[in-house]
Amino acid sequence: MSTETGAVSGSETSRIHNIGYRSYDGKRLGRSYARRSLYSQSLRGSFGLGRSAKSKVLPMLLFGVMCMVAAIIVAVAIAAPGTTALPIKYTAFAIYLQAVIGLFLAAQAPQSVSRDLRFKSVPLYFSRPIERADYVVAKLAAMASALFILTGAPLVILYVGALLGKFDFAEQTKGFGQGLVSVALLSVLFAGLGLVMAALTPRRGFGVAAVIAVLTISFGAVSTVQAIAWQTGSTGAIEWLGLFSPITLIGGVQTAFLGATSAFPGGEGPGVGAGVVYLIVVLALVAGSYAVLMRRYRRVGL
Amino acid sequence: MRIQPPGLTTGVVCATIFEDVTVIATESLSKRFPRVTALDRLSLDIGPGVTGLVGSNGAGKSTLIKILLGLSPATEGRAAVLGLDVATSGAAIRERVGYMPEHDCLPPDVSATEFVVHMARMSGLPPTAARERTADTLRHVGLYEERYRPIGGYSTGMKQRVKLAQALVHDPQLVLLDEPTNGLDPVGRDEMLGLIRRVHTDFGISVLVTSHLLGELERTCDHVVVIDGGTLLRSSSTSDFTQTTTTLAVEVTDSDTHPDGTDALRQVLTRAGVNLVGHDGLDGQGLPGAGHILLVEATGEETYDIVRDSVAGLGLGLVRMEQRRHHIAEVFRTEEAPRAAAVTQTVSAVVGAVQQKGSGRDEH
Repeated sequence: MSTETGAVSGSETSRIHNIGYRSYDGKRLGRSYARRSLYSQSLRGSFGLGRSAKSKVLPMLLFGVMCMVAAIIVAVAIAAPGTTALPIKYTAFAIYLQAVIGLFLAAQAPQSVSRDLRFKSVPLYFSRPIERADYVVAKLAAMASALFILTGAPLVILYVGALLGKFDFAEQTKGFGQGLVSVALLSVLFAGLGLVMAALTPRRGFGVAAVIAVLTISFGAVSTVQAIAWQTGSTGAIEWLGLFSPITLIGGVQTAFLGATSAFPGGEGPGVGAGVVYLIVVLALVAGSYAVLMRRYRRVGL
Repeated sequence: MRIQPPGLTTGVVCATIFEDVTVIATESLSKRFPRVTALDRLSLDIGPGVTGLVGSNGAGKSTLIKILLGLSPATEGRAAVLGLDVATSGAAIRERVGYMPEHDCLPPDVSATEFVVHMARMSGLPPTAARERTADTLRHVGLYEERYRPIGGYSTGMKQRVKLAQALVHDPQLVLLDEPTNGLDPVGRDEMLGLIRRVHTDFGISVLVTSHLLGELERTCDHVVVIDGGTLLRSSSTSDFTQTTTTLAVEVTDSDTHPDGTDALRQVLTRAGVNLVGHDGLDGQGLPGAGHILLVEATGEETYDIVRDSVAGLGLGLVRMEQRRHHIAEVFRTEEAPRAAAVTQTVSAVVGAVQQKGSGRDEH
């Protein structure tokens, strides 16, 4: 009989749970603390910390690859007699290992944002003190920081190795600084683009595919067209073609301002004039990513 | 049907007085979208305690909750939660209010503990306090060892408890629960309703709970607000509805000596001085077989004995004898009847839903 079932389970519930409720009178740290908490949770999550063992595998593996490559370069440089500098420039490292960075972004950007969208946890955030901008900023900053750790750590290894090898201190420090600025810019740009693509779909798989596609297809297309332009002798076009893929954008900026050797065919990197355009495009893309994310979260608000 | 005390219907529809103890107050609150009017000059005044917000799908319940959380600006009118204006103090309100969404909102790959700790920190609790409050709150909602396992493996009932826990973890002064009994079986539903009741009685937290089923809120809520099409249909306290007497539903078989067993029993019971309720003591609610169910007013233990003895004396088989709860819906139906056709229609839709559920439960 329904009433009795209800009564029995009701009393059972109260018997089990009746352990006294304590109210909370402590501090409530508010919005900026919540934003920081979301940032640190997302950043740790990017490396699988605080998540299942399975989700630690890929990010840690990629991080290991980045560091190992740097360590090998250092080992080679120190072991080889008579070397006075590292075999590659600091700024070139991220360009060489762009596939690893791309994989990391493709795997972690969707887990950072698609997850909340897919499981509809977003309303839980927005029913708390944080605002939409806090959520977007925290997620962007966390992703950018994760990428910066991924790309900055090997540079630190290179730098430490260079100092141990007693290479020219001033030159190495300058190169290291330029490399850090370059990867910082790369991190922010990639984080913005990656999160936008991941946030547009609640399906994680689509997010992964979209990020990989945008990074590799655009780079492939730009490189091919640049190669054709170089073969056909229209070298003037090469520096402008680099505007159409994220990694060549960064390559262009660091060639123009950060003393990098251009990876463009024939070394036809942009000069300072074109470099300004590159920088503007990078900053516009970052701002655009932020705007798109804000729009996206206005729609899924609650 | 003598269910409702006289003088109940009047004067509640336009309660706009702002009292000293007001948890939620709205004043001609309207929300219009390009094609739909979600809320139409809604004026409410909700005090501490457990308040039920009832309306069919699309009645404007979720829109109201969004406005109360300060997440969606009202087109016109104003609203205050815990004395704070929703238009200007959204963040302050959200710090003191908990919200449990209607839909699934839990990531499957983390444990309940990790998830609720994170949500506690998002509400501004320092790390240590967040962990302590999480452990406490999960225990209060009835999650023990399983709280360390990933949420993906939880039953619907356990997930609902986690959702409730994340709404309570920062010790809010008010929680907004959107359809908390959705998808639960009758036992889970009763447990959830009991838990909601305790949120107020034991934790001292006021509750606004929405449902499209009027019936399930009757035991849980102190106050029920019915909205439809964005307008207030009715707002009154449940003590006005609930009855001290209970009704027994009795169904008997027919026999050769008594071809109409129900009628024979009715005559015997009437002679014994037992009050029959409803139309001639029959359950006239139009359910299948309802014509064979006698509704008897139970004044105490002796009524059960009289019914038992009468049935035995007549030599009939007793198919069922069970308590019927008074549904708030019954009150609504009788008093809404004279109102405009549209209104009656909606209410009877709600009533229909309640009765379906009621009849389903009777089989347990």
